[in-house]
Amino acid sequence: MKLVGVSGSLIGSKTSKAVFEVLQAAKAIDPSIEIELIDLKDYEVEFVKGTPLSYYNNDTVKVVNTVSTADFLVIGTPIYQASIPGALKNLFDHMPMDVFKNKVTGMITTAGTDKHFLVQEFQLKPILTYLKGVVPSANVFVHNNDFNENNEITNPEVNNRIRLLADEMIFLQKSLSGRDKN
Amino acid sequence: MEKYRIDTSKGLEFGLYTLGDHIPDPKTGKRISAQQRIKEIIELAQHAEQAGIDFFSVGESHQDYFVTQAHSVVLSAIAQATKNIKIGSSSTIISTSDPVRVYEDFATIDLISDGRAEIIAGRASRVGLYHLLGYNLSDYEALFEEKFDLLLKINEEEIVNWSGNYREPLKNAEILPRPKNGSLPIWRAVGGTSSSAMKAGYAGVPMMLAALGGPAGIYKNIIEAYRETARNNGFDPSALPVGTTGFFFAAETSQEAMREMYPYINEGMVLTNGQGFPKQAFAQAADKRSVINVGSSQQIIEKILYQYELFGHQRYLAQMDFGGMPFDRLMKNIEIIGTEILPAIRKYTAKK
Amino acid sequence: MKIVGISGSIVGSKTRTAMNCLSREISEKLPEAQFTLIDLAEYNLQFSDGRNYLEYEGDTGYVTKTIMEADALVIGTPIFQASIPATLKNIFDLLPVSAFRDKVVSILVTAGSAKHYLVVEQQLKPIVSYMKGQIVQTYVFIEEKDFHNKQIVNDDVLFRIERLVEDTVLLTETLTKLREEKEAKYDF
Repeated sequence: MKLVGVSGSLIGSKTSKAVFEVLQAAKAIDPSIEIELIDLKDYEVEFVKGTPLSYYNNDTVKVVNTVSTADFLVIGTPIYQASIPGALKNLFDHMPMDVFKNKVTGMITTAGTDKHFLVQEFQLKPILTYLKGVVPSANVFVHNNDFNENNEITNPEVNNRIRLLADEMIFLQKSLSGRDKN
Repeated sequence: MEKYRIDTSKGLEFGLYTLGDHIPDPKTGKRISAQQRIKEIIELAQHAEQAGIDFFSVGESHQDYFVTQAHSVVLSAIAQATKNIKIGSSSTIISTSDPVRVYEDFATIDLISDGRAEIIAGRASRVGLYHLLGYNLSDYEALFEEKFDLLLKINEEEIVNWSGNYREPLKNAEILPRPKNGSLPIWRAVGGTSSSAMKAGYAGVPMMLAALGGPAGIYKNIIEAYRETARNNGFDPSALPVGTTGFFFAAETSQEAMREMYPYINEGMVLTNGQGFPKQAFAQAADKRSVINVGSSQQIIEKILYQYELFGHQRYLAQMDFGGMPFDRLMKNIEIIGTEILPAIRKYTAKK
Repeated sequence: MKIVGISGSIVGSKTRTAMNCLSREISEKLPEAQFTLIDLAEYNLQFSDGRNYLEYEGDTGYVTKTIMEADALVIGTPIFQASIPATLKNIFDLLPVSAFRDKVVSILVTAGSAKHYLVVEQQLKPIVSYMKGQIVQTYVFIEEKDFHNKQIVNDDVLFRIERLVEDTVLLTETLTKLREEKEAKYDF
């Protein structure tokens, strides 16, 4: 079972760190799970232009294939203008219909203010469910203040929520596996 | 506080800072020459010293409408032209500079000025300088953290052994000359977020907080986050100075101050940021709770004392030369500061 | 009055077709207005890296500066994955937080199905509000079946575009007038 984490930020390292923590937590719960982190900062993903995937550059093909073939995913997003970044939306625009059917898609948000708490609920979640992702009841919101000077998440409550998210994601995905993809 | 050359028994320090902006006077459309602007900045520092102002600093911005890119060179001229006033940067963009060179420069300025130099290190709100000076913008955060750490290390240790990601390692490197009293006060410049302030707290270094607008209360929260983080990391917040910086303009009456300042702050924002200063927001600056210090001298005294009560800070830096403000107005402001504002602030904040 | 139209997609033709109708309507009814249509398909834009919009160069600089100088914006968008396209979201990301302060923003949307009607309410309007735009609340919703051969064939839609233009201008003029009156009262 392969869990792919996506970090949707092109700036800074907090979001990718947060996603990485979810991947680590999942691995700790079930060491048989294979994990991979796709940090969009590391790839030149092209804007969707309406052609088949083979017309895009190698980074785009790699990222789109890794995400669309994952068994389940955790999506990490920072908040840009009260929503998700264009770069992350672009990744979803690349996805075929129903791509996340029978796949668990967890959410983790990093933000500079608690006032952005509901953005993942109102902006990100509807997109994931439209793509037929199963969004767990647990989610994680990480305030910038929860990181220390070494970019580690030091708030124990947040770390606990990360563990709970990973745990629920694995439980749900195991329950879903083998379900008819059609 | 002695380590940072601050004597709290004298009360809140008052300083002036300039970003070295070079903007046409919106009332005349004319812009003075770059040479004149630089000379006026040096002269301004001299007048500030004569008025009894505690601190004067110059920043670097590598873009259109600015003139003090080589801010340490300007500071060196100010060091020679003055005798007592403390001088510093506001800020030095350490991310795109070699900390060794920065330290050599400021240690030299410290010797020229007889022990008056300080560094306020920041990250820049604009990004053009990354390309201009040969750095990669995607390293924005990492560059600052690494170079700021190295700067602090050079300040603490005469023989430096260091390695990092963005320059060659230092092996038994002796960074010379040393400042007059062995070390320099080095502040971390912080924008308007608590997470940025907390980074100054983690490092246990003085914080210079930009407080450019809005109610003073939001800055109180940021300062508290800084002090709490410092405390939790084994530093004594009462030994760490906090400074705030913000817009300033004084005149005989509040209305006159608002009328005189508005075209400059608005035009300055348009040219350097793209969006002007909304009139409604500026109208609110007259309120005591607004962190912008504009008004009659009495109003400004009340505002600064209100901020002092909220923040418990050690230094306030005023920016009054923004947007092409003519030199005679700046001189008038220095006079008001020296004769009315400083005596009142010292009277109320000095420890008896 | 400066009005800027944004055709928010680089794929397909429906949003552009609708924006062309809007463009014609504005030039007929408002010859004095300065109208610029930005079709994102005609520009090569980079992803936002958080810098001030004045610091972008080339197409990205042109598009952000043109938008920032507008008094009113008409945003045309298709629906991608139950939301707006990444190309349009990226435009917002390139702009300052309060980019739409003192600007009127109206919306025109093209969709394959009426089931996407609420996407504007749920996904787009919150972003425009966050950026301090004054929204013309009624938007024009255009379906696949309203188009034929790159033309709008449903007269109702043309009616609604007419009214959208009227409402955009009315709200812009009203707010500008009120703001000017208010600002004239300040003594600075």
